[in-house]
Amino acid sequence: MLAVDLLLALAALATAGQCLLLPGLFRAVANLMAFGLVMALIWVRLEAPDVALAEAAIGAGITGALLLTALGQLPASRRSIQPTRDRPLRQLIPITALVLLMAGVLWATVLALPKPGLVEEVAAVLPESGAEHAVTAILLNLRGIDTLLEIAVMLCAVAAIWSLQQAIPPPALGDHYPGLPTLARWLHPLFLLMFSYFLWQGAHAPGGAFPAGAVLGAGGVLLLLTGSIAWMHQRDFNLLLRWLLTAGLLLFLANALGGLLMTGTLYGLPPQLAGYFIMAIEVATALSIALMLMAFYLFGRPGAQR
Amino acid sequence: MRELLGAGFILLGIPFFIASTVGLLRFPDVYTRLHALTKADNIGLGLICLGLAVQASSVAVALKIALIWGLILLASSTGATLIATSAIRHGPAPLRRNDDDTHAGR
Repeated sequence: MLAVDLLLALAALATAGQCLLLPGLFRAVANLMAFGLVMALIWVRLEAPDVALAEAAIGAGITGALLLTALGQLPASRRSIQPTRDRPLRQLIPITALVLLMAGVLWATVLALPKPGLVEEVAAVLPESGAEHAVTAILLNLRGIDTLLEIAVMLCAVAAIWSLQQAIPPPALGDHYPGLPTLARWLHPLFLLMFSYFLWQGAHAPGGAFPAGAVLGAGGVLLLLTGSIAWMHQRDFNLLLRWLLTAGLLLFLANALGGLLMTGTLYGLPPQLAGYFIMAIEVATALSIALMLMAFYLFGRPGAQR
Repeated sequence: MRELLGAGFILLGIPFFIASTVGLLRFPDVYTRLHALTKADNIGLGLICLGLAVQASSVAVALKIALIWGLILLASSTGATLIATSAIRHGPAPLRRNDDDTHAGR
């Protein structure tokens, strides 16, 4: 398996290098998507299939398609930006220094990690956390505040995109590309099935809200781009859409405050109720993540159409 | 026995991937490259999936592998059609041997 690992490492370096060095933005985006796929394979080799799935769906698929769309909106003159080669040495030195510095910091962090890890500590509180699997317990209970902030960051990203411009309605694809809307609709039941499976699996194996949300979001983006979800563009549903987008974060905050009232610490879930809390957060968070990923693909603030 | 059979199918599938890669690199325009990529990949992937399914520990795993093959067939054929349609509409016209040959039905 050493050969496979070396090949993956080389492929990651090669795609990253091509992404930075080749002329032309389209090549950069294509290489970035390939890089995301290689990273997903590396996560599989590190035995983290849930991270691999999120990386493949978000890192390669959703980000790549977002960048390609941005590229399509640029005027042709701006698309073929050449990397500057006139002062290679003056650029190379600070870049190399920066890379070495970051590698050093990462290496020092790895060395500074507690040696046996926190496995035993987590296992000791697992029965009280309300989840059967350690990763779910950490994400949604022990370090739930981190997850709450991640959701808040995604909501900020939606707000940032919406503040840039008006939403761009999807083009009518049916005349020239009838296959794409059909494929999106036929595959959506499978996306829903995978979403439910990941949610259910989160209780006892790696999985849960983030992979589930990523899968449902990817399927939803496909539907949205093929014009099958008209309501997200309509003004009448704008308020509903905003409430749905914030629902995950609001429920999370309500849980944190409820924990504060019941146990005296912020997000201190009482053990006998923690299972219900986690289930509610997991479902709401996954749905919110999926909807937020789809909201990126409105490319702006919806609501101009009646 | 099953491992041998599976390895045989996988070995049988590899030449299709090599052929489609060579076609992708050597063929002259986007349409022929698409042809090389999708046709050969589908058979090659089918054989590799068959080889893996034969070695699978249970019927459920084998069915999952078959499902993966089916999904990739759907996605790659739709993707190839989309790229080809888009290329016909906005990109270069397909190469022909010579311009008098357009009605020869090749």
